[in-house]
Order: sequence, then C-alpha cells, then structure tokens
Amino acid sequence: MSEENKINKFENPLYAKREVTGPDGEVFTVDPIKDYFSDARPKVHEPNSIPVIENFLNWARSESLWVLGFGTGCGSIEIPPLITPRFDAFRFGVQMRPTPRQSNVFIISGYLSIKTLKRAIRSYEQMQNPKYVLALGSCTINGGMYFDSYNTINRLDQYMPVDVYIAGCMPRPEALLAGFNKLKEFIKAGKGEKANDYARNFDWYKANQKKIIKDWNMPDYNW
Amino acid sequence: MDFDLKRLGFTLLGLLIVLNWGLLMSAIMRKMGARVARRYGIPWRQPWVDLVKNYAIRSQITHGVMFYLGPVFRFSGGVGIFLFMPMIIGSKLWLNYSFQGDLVLIMYFQFFGMLGMALGAGEGGHPHSAIGISRGLSQFTVIEVPLTLAILSLAIQYQTLSLVDIVEAQQGGFQNWSMWTNPFATAAGMLAILGIMGHSPFNLVKAPNEIPIGPPTEYHATFLGVLRTNAAVLHVVEAALFMNLFFGGATNWFEFIIKTFLIYFWSVFVGVVFPRFRIEQSVSWFLKVPLVLGIIAIILFM
Repeated sequence: MSEENKINKFENPLYAKREVTGPDGEVFTVDPIKDYFSDARPKVHEPNSIPVIENFLNWARSESLWVLGFGTGCGSIEIPPLITPRFDAFRFGVQMRPTPRQSNVFIISGYLSIKTLKRAIRSYEQMQNPKYVLALGSCTINGGMYFDSYNTINRLDQYMPVDVYIAGCMPRPEALLAGFNKLKEFIKAGKGEKANDYARNFDWYKANQKKIIKDWNMPDYNW
Repeated sequence: MDFDLKRLGFTLLGLLIVLNWGLLMSAIMRKMGARVARRYGIPWRQPWVDLVKNYAIRSQITHGVMFYLGPVFRFSGGVGIFLFMPMIIGSKLWLNYSFQGDLVLIMYFQFFGMLGMALGAGEGGHPHSAIGISRGLSQFTVIEVPLTLAILSLAIQYQTLSLVDIVEAQQGGFQNWSMWTNPFATAAGMLAILGIMGHSPFNLVKAPNEIPIGPPTEYHATFLGVLRTNAAVLHVVEAALFMNLFFGGATNWFEFIIKTFLIYFWSVFVGVVFPRFRIEQSVSWFLKVPLVLGIIAIILFM
C-alpha cells in the first residue's frame, strides 16, 4: 500500500482545499475531494401531477425492477437461485444490475454489520429516485439472532426507508419472489415513494447513521 | 438534393419500424437464450417496459458536458448508419438517403459511436469505464480488420462503393448473392458480425458479470435509455448491412424481417453455444481465421 493511501483521504494534506497558480499566472482554488464526492443534499422529486401518466409510469417501474447486486449477511446466498431455472425471477421483470446507478431495488439480505452499513448507505444514495428497499430476514427487522451483537444493527428502518420486509431466518427464494410481487403491488398503488421520504427526513436518518457509525469519513451525501 | 418532405416522413417511419423490430428481436433472442438455459425467460414486453422505466427515472446526475454527449454521439452513430442504409430495394422511398459511396460513410459511423461513447464514459470517471473502453476499442479495432477486407473485396468485385449498386448486382435469384459469388468475403464478414453484435464469445466488454458492465457503468436513467434505444436500432441496421452486402438485400418488409432475423440469430446461436473469450483471446482470434479469409477474398478478386 502506498504512503498516500495509508492516510484517510479527508485528513490527507494532499487532498486539502488550496490555492493553485496556473502556468499563465492565474490563481484558482482546487478542492480535490470535490472531484470524488458531492455534498449536495437529496431533493424531493414529486410524482407526475397527471394521474393517468403517473399510473402508467408506476406500472412500468413495477414491471422492470432492476436489483443491485449487493449481498450482505447470509441472505445473499438466497439471491443467486432467483436467476436459475427453478425460480427464474426474469418472469416477473426482475433483473440484476451490477451498478447502483442503474438499479432501482436494493435488497438488504440479512444482518448488516456497522462496517457494511456504511457501504450500504453509500450504495443506496448513489441509486436514483425512485428507489426501493427490500429487507430480507429477521435480522433487518429486530436484529434476529444477532440482536445483542456488538457490531450489527438491529432495526434497518432507522437508517434507510424500507418498502417491504420479508420475515424468516432465512426466507427461501420463494419468499423473496413473494416480496417482489408485494413490492410491485405497492408501486402500482403509488406507494413506492420512500426515496422522497428519505429526502424529507434526511436529517433524522443522517443523525441515526452518525450515531452508530463512529468513523464517519465520507461526505454527508454523495449523490 | 432537393428537400423532400415525403422522403423524410418515410425515413422517420422506417426508423420507427426498425426501432420496434429491434426491441422485439432482442426480446425474442433473450427468450431463446432463456429456453436454452431451461428457463421461461422475460415477458415479451420487457424491452419496451425497460425503456419507459429508464426514461421515467426522476433524478439524474451528470459528470460534465462530454458525459451528456457520449450517448448522443452513440445514438447519432446508430441513426447515421440507418440514414444511409437502403432498406427495401426497388422502392424509392425506403432507400433512405443512400448515395454513391455510402459504404465508406457507414464504415465511419460504426466507429464514430464507439469513440463518442469512449469520451463520454471516460468523463464518468469510474475506473471500470476506463478499463471497459480500452477493452472495447481494442476489440472493435480487430473486428474492423476482417470486416473491412470483406467489404473491400465486394467493392473490387462489383467495382462500386454504393450499397444500392451492390444489392442490385445481386438481384435475379439467390444464386447471384455474394454469398455464392464471393464466399470467402461472406465467411470473413459473418465471423466479424459475431463481434459487432456483441454476443457471447465477444461480449466481455459489456457483460454485466464482468467488471460491472464496462463503459456504461455510470450511465443511468435517460442516458441509459438513449443507449438502449440506439442498441435496438443498431442491431437491425447492422443485420441490414450484412443482408445488403452478402444476401441479396430485401425487396419487401417481409423479406427484410426474415433476413435480418436470421442474420441476428446467427450471432445469438453462436452466443448460446460458446463461452466468453478473454479480451486477448478474442483479439488474437480475429487476427487468425477471419483475417486469413478476408485476405483470400481480396486476393481472389485482385
């Protein structure tokens, strides 16, 4: 590991905000951290005001669920069977995407350690509005068998808004498919607006997140 | 050339037909892939629903001007090929804007979209995009070698660079198709199309389960919608290019649909049978058999 990477980016003097003189004598300010992140707060994006259009768009959103390939805890082993012949989630318009930018559904598949929570929050915030969260397993509801663990969270909805809970330890892939169908019903009914809830209650969520993540070395919001 | 409203209208209608045919064809092919894997597969409407969903995403972020222009360049590359591609031979209205020497322009447009995409994805700043671009451009460069040799061979054979002339020279029965009169160029071209279509042996660049999907890693929402629209158009016009070059073109839309389907099916058929090549394997593969076939095709007609 190089010397540069050993230090936290936010404390590294190399990345500090500073004045730089250009080759033609022009002085300008550079803030290298800004090249990596943005601190813009999330915005509330209201649904389309014409009900017919919004219903049609919600139908399209519910029939085209792109799932972020992000596995946490033991539940991540229940996701790969979804694309095998036995369960075949493609029938329901569920497809896997490797990048948070293109995904709409985030499956928190089981217990979430504090270290992973940090990554989960960053991935969630990189997803675009509208976005949905499926919480898989008891651990996301009340901590499950890890309720008194020192390094896992107990209630997921303190840290990010959850659309559908799938109870069980572990829920089988059939339960996950049932959860997808429940999520589709919610979206078609116009209830899939949790991304806007996150933007509205942003300060509350951020305070909860910072309460449990001690080494908060990232910007408050990174798109 | 005089401005002709009727001709413009027919060209736009052709674009609409080609777009929807491309989306339907991608659905059929994904369903075939699913059946090979013993799955039921996606619903027929999935490509259209995905498009609507992508265009309907409410928030978007940008990384700069080039990030915007990347999908625009890519789309203009696809539509550019369409504009200069004769669709139906024998009908003045479906010839689009093809002219003498359009073959050179089409070859240029094939690379134009790739380069625009490279600039745009580069500004996205994601390391996976940069790796994807270098892989994609190096693979496409070697795909172009046998393809260019095959097209040059046809140009020497028919003494023209106009697609319409090439197609008209093949009329009057299937025995006149370049497939029979110039089999080596056809073989080189049909091997090159495997790489152009981007199915399995040569889909390392964009496969979702490689380094996350390569160049479009940062593209989302409308950007991705434009890229997917372009992909649907591009698959049909590439198949139409090969139909015009080697298989006698089409004299009506029914023939057009059958022939483009079979040409596209060839790449899918190979795709479901063969596993994925690494990038250096695919580069060296294109520089072996297809290159030799292309050189033989050139020598035969010198």
